[in-house]
Amino acid sequence: MIEFFKRLFGPSDSGATAKQRLQLVLMTDHLALAPEMIDAMKRELVEVISRYVEVDRDKVEVDFERHDHALAMMANVPILGVARPSERPSERPQERAPEAASAEPVAPEAVPAGPAPLQQRKRRKKAQRAPA
Amino acid sequence: MHERQLEIEEAVVPAARGRAIVITSGKGGVGKTTTTANLGTALAMRGARVALVDADIGLRNLDIVLGLESRVKHHLLDVIEGGVTLEEALVPSKYNESLVLLAAAQHREKDEVPTEAMTALIERLRERFDYVLVDCPAGIEHGFRNAIAGAQEAIVVCTPEVSAVRDVDRVIGLLGNRFKPQLIVNRLRPQLVKRGKMLSVEDVNAILRLPLLGVIADEPEIIITTNKGEPLALRRDGATGAAYHAMAAKIAGEDVEAPMVEVRESFFGRLGAFFGGKA
Repeated sequence: MIEFFKRLFGPSDSGATAKQRLQLVLMTDHLALAPEMIDAMKRELVEVISRYVEVDRDKVEVDFERHDHALAMMANVPILGVARPSERPSERPQERAPEAASAEPVAPEAVPAGPAPLQQRKRRKKAQRAPA
Repeated sequence: MHERQLEIEEAVVPAARGRAIVITSGKGGVGKTTTTANLGTALAMRGARVALVDADIGLRNLDIVLGLESRVKHHLLDVIEGGVTLEEALVPSKYNESLVLLAAAQHREKDEVPTEAMTALIERLRERFDYVLVDCPAGIEHGFRNAIAGAQEAIVVCTPEVSAVRDVDRVIGLLGNRFKPQLIVNRLRPQLVKRGKMLSVEDVNAILRLPLLGVIADEPEIIITTNKGEPLALRRDGATGAAYHAMAAKIAGEDVEAPMVEVRESFFGRLGAFFGGKA
């Protein structure tokens, strides 16, 4: 059915096809002209992944593949090891820990702080009504 | 005697230098030469002194479009190599006394022109003319680098085709930040755009993102006038001629938003409605 519609409207869409092909070819061109950008992206990608798993940094491959309608980035990142949950790098829990710790003492204060303005507002409204 | 002549020349030369604008595209056959001839004609008809420089060494064509092929006696390389003076090499237009052509050398190669010599030549022309329009050869090699070397501004000509837009995109990258390129979309066929069979001006400029100088439709009269060697811009009445004059006014710094719209109304009226409806 879709094919039928494609055939029916296909020829009139050649402008759209041109637009799509153009966008794709330009993305590829721009990537080819910016090898430094790709290197930088690769470095940062490895950096982020390494926070969670042990990566074989020398064997990381990043490629761009062109399909008919889209450009895709294919990353091959060999993983050397994944730590047991309890043995995971301590930076993540530590990062969260202060947040969690600070969140609790703050929360009880924050809760009564919330309704307070409301009550004040109500009081103000009452106050406004009172003279009337 | 010679020294005194120089002094007089220097005294006559106005303090303000003209603007050197390169007309480029990357891809061949998109209408750079026709655009150069017509913009030059339109600027000259406004009273500006205009020099057109054919930088396409080895493939001289601007003389044909201007109908001056039989009058060209000397060329750009003759001047650079010192064989003739600049004045001797400049060919006056048949139609406009403030328009001149400096033809390309036909039997030479682009590599024979040193970039510094080309820059110096453009500088000399800027002293005498309000506008120096440089018709850039296709490609991005030595000829391109020479053509852009002496210019301060750039106009890129693009047809609504994938290959042309891709090449212009590359050229914009090569031009770098020194130029503030303006875009002419050439050979647009409004009916095809309307039927979704051609990239629209918006499609093209969504990618190139340049200030739009103007749009020229693909009209048989351009071919006819080129056949005759009479630039279409000699007539202001037709829509295409008017479009060139609107662009010339814009280049000269006039706020021509209204005339541009008017041209589009008459020419691309329904196209405009189509864009409006789509947006």
